[in-house]
Amino acid sequence: MRGRVPALLATADGEVFRGSSVGVAGVVTGEAVFNTSMTGYQEILTDPSYAGQVVVMTSPHIGNYGVVELDAQSSRPAVSGFVMRSLSRRDSSWRSEGSLADYLQRHDVVAVSDVDTRRLTRHIRDRGAMPIAMGSEVSEADLIDMAADAPTMRGQDLALQVTTREPYRLDAEMDRKGLVVAIDLGLKKDILRNLTGRGFEVEVVPAATKAETILAMSPNGVFVSNGPGDPEPLTATTECLRGLVGKRPLFGICLGHQVLGLAVGASTFKLPFGHHGGNHPVRRLDDNRVEITAQNHGFAVDLWSMTDDDPIEREGLIERGLLPETVETPFGRLRPSHQNLNDGTLEGMVLEEIPAFSVQFHPEAAPGPGDARGLFDDFARLMEEAG
Amino acid sequence: MSARKDIRSILVIGSGPIVIGQGCEFDYSGTQAAKVLRAEGYRVILVNSNPATIMTDPEFADATYIEPITPEVVAEVIARERPDALLPTLGGQTALNVSVELARSGVLDRHGVEMIGADLEAITKAEDRGKFKETMEAVGLEVPRAGYARSMADALNIAKEIGYPVMVRPSFILGGSGTGIADTEEQLLDVAREGLTASPVGEILVEESVLGWKEYELEIMRDGAGNAVIVCAIENFDPMGVHTGDSITVAPIQTLSDREYQEMRDEGIKVLQVIGVETGGSNVQFAVDPKTGRRLVIEMNPRVSRSSALASKATGFPIAKIAALLAVGYTLDEIPNDITGATPASFEPALDYVVVKIPRFDFAKFPSAPKRLGTSMKSVGEAMAIGRTFPEALQKALRSLENGRAGLNADPLEDRVVSLDDDELAEMVRVPTPDRVFAMGEALHRGWTIEDVSELSMVDPWFVDQMSEIVEVREELETSTDVDILAEAKRYGFSDPQIAHLWGREEIDVRELRKSAGIVRTFKTVDTCAAEFGALTPYMYGTFEEESEVRPSEKPRVVVLGSGPNRIGQGIEFDYCCVHASFALGDAGYETVMINCNPETVSTDYDTSDRLYFEPLTTEDVLAVIDAEKPEAVIVQLGGQTPLNLAEELADTGVIIAGTSPASIALAEDREQFAEICRNLGLKQPPAGSATSAAEADDVVDQIGLPVMVRPSFVLGGRKMKVIYSPEELGAYVREIYGEGDPEVVSNPILIDRFLESAVEVDVDAVFDGHELLVGGVMEHVEEAGIHSGDSGCVTPPPTLSDEAHKEILRATGELASALTVQGLINIQFAVKGDDVYVLEVNPRGSRTVPFISKAKGIPLARIAARVMMGSTIEELRSEGLIPEERVGSDFVAVKEAVLPWDRFPEEDSILGPEMRATGEVMGIGSDVGVAYGKALLAAGHVLADQGRVFLSFADRDKPMGLAVAQAFTLLGFDLVATKGTARFLRHHAIEAEAVNKIGEGSRDIGERLENGEVQLVVNTPRGGRARSDGRKIRRSARRHAVPCVTTLQGGLAVARSLRAGPGAINRPRSLQEWHRGR
Repeated sequence: MRGRVPALLATADGEVFRGSSVGVAGVVTGEAVFNTSMTGYQEILTDPSYAGQVVVMTSPHIGNYGVVELDAQSSRPAVSGFVMRSLSRRDSSWRSEGSLADYLQRHDVVAVSDVDTRRLTRHIRDRGAMPIAMGSEVSEADLIDMAADAPTMRGQDLALQVTTREPYRLDAEMDRKGLVVAIDLGLKKDILRNLTGRGFEVEVVPAATKAETILAMSPNGVFVSNGPGDPEPLTATTECLRGLVGKRPLFGICLGHQVLGLAVGASTFKLPFGHHGGNHPVRRLDDNRVEITAQNHGFAVDLWSMTDDDPIEREGLIERGLLPETVETPFGRLRPSHQNLNDGTLEGMVLEEIPAFSVQFHPEAAPGPGDARGLFDDFARLMEEAG
Repeated sequence: MSARKDIRSILVIGSGPIVIGQGCEFDYSGTQAAKVLRAEGYRVILVNSNPATIMTDPEFADATYIEPITPEVVAEVIARERPDALLPTLGGQTALNVSVELARSGVLDRHGVEMIGADLEAITKAEDRGKFKETMEAVGLEVPRAGYARSMADALNIAKEIGYPVMVRPSFILGGSGTGIADTEEQLLDVAREGLTASPVGEILVEESVLGWKEYELEIMRDGAGNAVIVCAIENFDPMGVHTGDSITVAPIQTLSDREYQEMRDEGIKVLQVIGVETGGSNVQFAVDPKTGRRLVIEMNPRVSRSSALASKATGFPIAKIAALLAVGYTLDEIPNDITGATPASFEPALDYVVVKIPRFDFAKFPSAPKRLGTSMKSVGEAMAIGRTFPEALQKALRSLENGRAGLNADPLEDRVVSLDDDELAEMVRVPTPDRVFAMGEALHRGWTIEDVSELSMVDPWFVDQMSEIVEVREELETSTDVDILAEAKRYGFSDPQIAHLWGREEIDVRELRKSAGIVRTFKTVDTCAAEFGALTPYMYGTFEEESEVRPSEKPRVVVLGSGPNRIGQGIEFDYCCVHASFALGDAGYETVMINCNPETVSTDYDTSDRLYFEPLTTEDVLAVIDAEKPEAVIVQLGGQTPLNLAEELADTGVIIAGTSPASIALAEDREQFAEICRNLGLKQPPAGSATSAAEADDVVDQIGLPVMVRPSFVLGGRKMKVIYSPEELGAYVREIYGEGDPEVVSNPILIDRFLESAVEVDVDAVFDGHELLVGGVMEHVEEAGIHSGDSGCVTPPPTLSDEAHKEILRATGELASALTVQGLINIQFAVKGDDVYVLEVNPRGSRTVPFISKAKGIPLARIAARVMMGSTIEELRSEGLIPEERVGSDFVAVKEAVLPWDRFPEEDSILGPEMRATGEVMGIGSDVGVAYGKALLAAGHVLADQGRVFLSFADRDKPMGLAVAQAFTLLGFDLVATKGTARFLRHHAIEAEAVNKIGEGSRDIGERLENGEVQLVVNTPRGGRARSDGRKIRRSARRHAVPCVTTLQGGLAVARSLRAGPGAINRPRSLQEWHRGR
């Protein structure tokens, strides 16, 4: 019918879904995660944090406003595969530079449309994120086997695959205020824009860069980026951060936040199906204000692991007591600064005695609401204060 | 923060009668607010003049004032009740305006009443266009270039500066009346004059036209801590230039990139901040230039609005309820999201479906009005549909409208666009009308390009392309009956009737083929979160996917069919009945399942019924729900004609219809069989006949005599109903009916009844259980028989009925209920002349007057009926306490008055007739008819002067009775002026009246006198046929100069009676609870 190429999806636990192939031909596997953002498909596709994952968009129409180079968060799509309910065959926007269908083809993305994405989403929600296999001209049984054999995210050092090979430098967009070294675990371009836009020159360095190398550049601050997958295998970066914390002002986002957590002695754990979307309410614990945040992570930092107490079970809506007030670290006292109001998980932390803080969510948004963009100003202020 | 303890009682103001631009969405919002505030322990005092609302049910507030929403009356309510706070943001513009006046006049301060939600300053900043512009520009938000005019000269100067086209918007108006676009200086002269008149402060904004730009609306909630969330982002399918209430709208936004959307979001939140909306919901409207992305803030409403109702239903986020909680001090993160139960309200709903809203118009009722849509709202209701994709939702919404369309064309009525030549079609694509979307579909079917159709219509190419996909699927259907194509078509929202039409088959054949191929609906949940969290509330919509989420249930289920989009003749009253059925059956242990597609209503609130299916009310869609839910019975008699029309087909497929059988309903509609019943029971009917041609009609009239009342059978709201005085008129009428293409009309004969001149019309609502009759009440119409009951005022207890007539009416009601084997509600209309009682019409179903009579008599008629339909007896319900022991309403008078939309249709003559045109109603309660009627008139917006001049002009046949009217006003001290003929007649009967010229017939004609404010009231009864135009000019002139105009003698007498009662008594409020308690 109207030129559709049938495609199949299968989950590791044997559920099969039907759709049509809209990207390049082929069969791929990856961990299936759903993203509930209603806009920003291009930013999601190109977010390196999705490496190794098949992204299921819950919003039905995708591709409506085309693609724009400016919106890309890296030079190419990072996802293993892309699933949607309805790929627009025509885009409409004064900004559009081309159609999403062409973009997917051009970048060799295996993508499937016409899928009951809600069924798939509910499956992931109920059973947890799991590997999926999908493609065209392949049998259901083969797909199920492939999905079952596919690796899970746990223990994979995906960040090392997406990090920059070579360091590179970006100029400040306005009067230069200083230098930030950004440790690239899968850095999004909008984070860089937020730094250069505030007057910082940015030196982007690979994930495995050593602390001494960074300190030798005499940066005003160090930024640890977002990135894909499990923080635990990133031992080199964790080690690097241990060497940096307290020496230079430090700011981490997402995977960067998790690695900082590991560096100060917390443990991390895998969430059932992660947070991927642009509508997550986060409470700022210092003033109780709520910010709507963009999120994309499957792992989280567990502060209770640093205490002798048991985590508190939630009853009703999230209360602040669900997180420890403070925990002691080798770098001084650490205080949770942000909390997720859907599930109570840690969304941000501050080392009270040294200039270092991090958030689990994405203050740079892209896509999503920019309620928390002020955190970049906070980082700038810390660097200014540190001189 | 948490709930405020320093306030204990809260005054909530409703929005009054349903009018165009302010529909039953405010019943939904007020009901939510009253419910939640009472649950929080506050004493709730409610003022609303609209009896058809759920919110004015006495159990929803501690003190319910069904009183006119005027500053005087509300001030009295405040003085009596001493509320601590006033919540002004849930009753539309009406509540907001009254609150502003109360604040300005110092009433609130004097009684120590705090305005919560939005304060005076915020409201003023948002509503006054000049201040709004200033406020926006101060924080760098762009608004259209504009200037602010108080005179025509100002307006012309401003337009010269910013360049044409310009848009004119009056300050402080509702629903866009008086707004217009001018391309030239000449046009501006007209538009500006109208705008200056429409604005209560005589002020207009002349601004840069953004005609054809993309239009967006954000629904935003903000709490006292400054947290803000976007509940819903809506994109208009129709670009700027069509009032958003008249536009097809889509949620979520489809054609903005994240970057653009987030900027808009930030700006929207900033707007609330700088306007100073302390807490609650507001909407902010934006225009975006499709060529450059330049974005302008157009306007904001610092209150819950029509769009908020839509946004609530579209997302599952209950805006009004949460706004009420925020107003008493909660913050968003302290309020749980009811749907997930586990997450807070401080989030932004994620949709995994597409919502399409399409307005419903009733232009057929106003034939003089041009169908072109513009900046003044004309629609009377709306349907919303949910689909997984835009094409599916669009097609579902189109068939939800109940205009006889089965979707985007591919149905018999597509002939209207198929028959057009290319030029005509292009014009229809270009000009916004209710039918434009069908013309766009046809253009695509003819192979016009997306660009062509988009450029002509200025509709975004993305939407046009999606429509083009529908058309392509249709073309596949035309060439193949393959099961795969069928499945594809269902996914694109095609209805079985559309497919049947294309295949030349019957609907049932398609249904069976489809089912045998396993192509059946799946139901998905509206859960606010795109399935990220589990949903507690089964709020469902149908689609064709791989998984259905309908949950099993242990309890017996009952399906209640709602009444679909509001239209004239079928409005909120029927929703009221459905909601009550749901409440009553829920209380009785059933699991209630509501099906409806009207986003404005209480019935489509997710917590009204146990399960809500937001689906079109067609046989196919309803059967699909029934297949999924397997209910014990389906209730069809409460939602008006919509569910009744489905009853027979549902019954044919084996569905159990609760209560009165479809056969009985059909029997009551069958003239001959029904006449037989009346004869057997010894009941009189006016002589009658029916005809399917002009010749047959002539024969009937020869037998029964003139005048006659004619109407096509099976219509509600008196569509096409008319009183005919001459054979010529009759011929013209028959040609008009059969000349039209509306198959709904043609398939049925024309009914002809002898018209009983100057008879009194009486309505009865009752419940019958097979043995016992429970009479709700007897209502006497203010206007005589011949005026549609929906347009007539009515009074209970009946003031002029003789005991004999009253007894006969009760006897007839019982006998008819029994003869028709009614189980549930029955409504009968009688005409009474002296002691003679004629049966006009029997409706074995819920009627428009059920809510009014329930309130007037303190008896929950719809609840009782629902239980009776499910098998309870009246006796059982009495012992259960559902039927109160003591009847109230004998020591006070309740009046219902109709509210008509003349201000929206200035071209239309404002006379009453057998065709219903009222959009809403109000109720007045008083110790006597004068006070009660006076309250009702005031509530309906008729502000009467208590002295001055009354202009009288009577049709010849009305002159004898007109004397009483003239005398009444003379006794009240009014001077009389009259047309020459009427003046002569009056003087002949020794009543002094000054003769004036008709309009255009010499100096100081009545038009001029009206314009000069020399006349305070017009009583003008219409003449039939050609002589009508003089009267028409007078009525239009009166309307233009805002002089009350009464078009019936009975109406004139009632006005005189209410003037006699005086403003003191009329402005004195008393709560419904007090009336019911009898003190």
